[in-house]
Amino acid sequence: MNPLELIKEYLPFFASGTLFTILFSFAGIVFGTILGLFVCFGKMIDNKALAAPFVCYITFFRGTPLFVQILIIHFGVVPAIFHQSNGILSGIIALSLNEAAYIAEVFRAGIQSIDEGQTEAARSLGMDKRQAMRYIILPQAVRRVLPPMGNEFISLIKDSSLLAAIAAPELTYWAQAMGAQYAIVWTPYLTISVIYLILTLGMSFIVNRLERRMATK
Amino acid sequence: MMIKVEDLKKSFGDNEVLKKINLDVNKQEVVVVIGPSGSGKSTLLRCINLLESITSGHVYIEGTDISGKKANINKIRQDVGMVFQQFNLFPHMTVLDNIMLAPVKVKKVGKEQAKEKAMELLGKVGLADKANAYPDSLSGGQKQRIAIARALAMEPKMMLFDEPTSALDPEMVGEVLDVMKQLAKDGMTMVVVTHEMGFAREVGDRVIFMDGGYIVEENEPHQLFEHPQEERTKAFLSKVL
Repeated sequence: MNPLELIKEYLPFFASGTLFTILFSFAGIVFGTILGLFVCFGKMIDNKALAAPFVCYITFFRGTPLFVQILIIHFGVVPAIFHQSNGILSGIIALSLNEAAYIAEVFRAGIQSIDEGQTEAARSLGMDKRQAMRYIILPQAVRRVLPPMGNEFISLIKDSSLLAAIAAPELTYWAQAMGAQYAIVWTPYLTISVIYLILTLGMSFIVNRLERRMATK
Repeated sequence: MMIKVEDLKKSFGDNEVLKKINLDVNKQEVVVVIGPSGSGKSTLLRCINLLESITSGHVYIEGTDISGKKANINKIRQDVGMVFQQFNLFPHMTVLDNIMLAPVKVKKVGKEQAKEKAMELLGKVGLADKANAYPDSLSGGQKQRIAIARALAMEPKMMLFDEPTSALDPEMVGEVLDVMKQLAKDGMTMVVVTHEMGFAREVGDRVIFMDGGYIVEENEPHQLFEHPQEERTKAFLSKVL
């Protein structure tokens, strides 16, 4: 069969696969960022004992392969909690937890890159630690971490392809299905490569726009 | 008594930077602190509003021991304005927002009222036309004048100046000193760490010479500059005057 017709036949699957890839990425970005900020502040607690769990979290999720984390969560954690496995749920959890560890480190670097004098000026005006963080440090740090965050988000889109291994119905899953059904290689994988490219390029476009908008402020 | 420093010691690790400092600053007094770099004068200033923790001794602001456990340092700092060598303006905010932020967020002053006050202060430092500019677009002298206005917006009872003109190009030193002179004339209690001997002589009620973590000598400016008693003071003045 001619490749174009094959693609046409699989178009609905690629379409829904693309939507799932976007869903996984979006969920990973949103939950990963929220959780990542939390972990970041946890790690920055002065008290070493209180900070330790957050340090362990980051060490584990950055020090072990995402693929292994996906397997543990899908075959271990999710069944243990929900008494059944669910690829979509596992995928969202695994990507969010993993992303959070990286975002936490990006944010910490961003916060610590802001000159100490900024905090001192804020504190000398009577602001408490929290106000100085909220009004002075974070707004400047967010601008500074936007480029590395963009890189994280782009990595996340690509990493979501690992979820094919737990039968989460995203792009790579459908490409594998197509390849298996027709015993072909080039058509499915080149097709999804193009789709991934469009997604990652779109992401970097969005991040660039954001950067420029924040720079002019 | 606005500020009272009692047997203050400060160490960074094994390095003792302040060795038993005693200092009183009265209401409306302008105290100028001079001395070679590394003498501890900036550290002393930073201990007065607890930007540096105190190793031992006491600092009292209007009678409150700020190093005491019960002291609310955020509340006390509202009364103690500070101006930094590096200005430390908030680069992500306009000049107006820089000045309004603390009154609105800390003192809970209404926005309209804070804005009115900010514009009045901007007028006072001669920069009313820069209200909507961002700090990056200002010269060093302008930044420092904004920083002074920002500190004044909290209506502090005293002001600390940490080498406010040391990071400025020479031609901009005058405009900042003029603002400080006016402030002194208006009766502000001030502690000024500076290398500007002219300012010390003209505006200071009392000049303190520090070296090696000690207050070596203190006197009214004329006495200290014309008739220094200590050898170290003489040696320092002969180099800078």
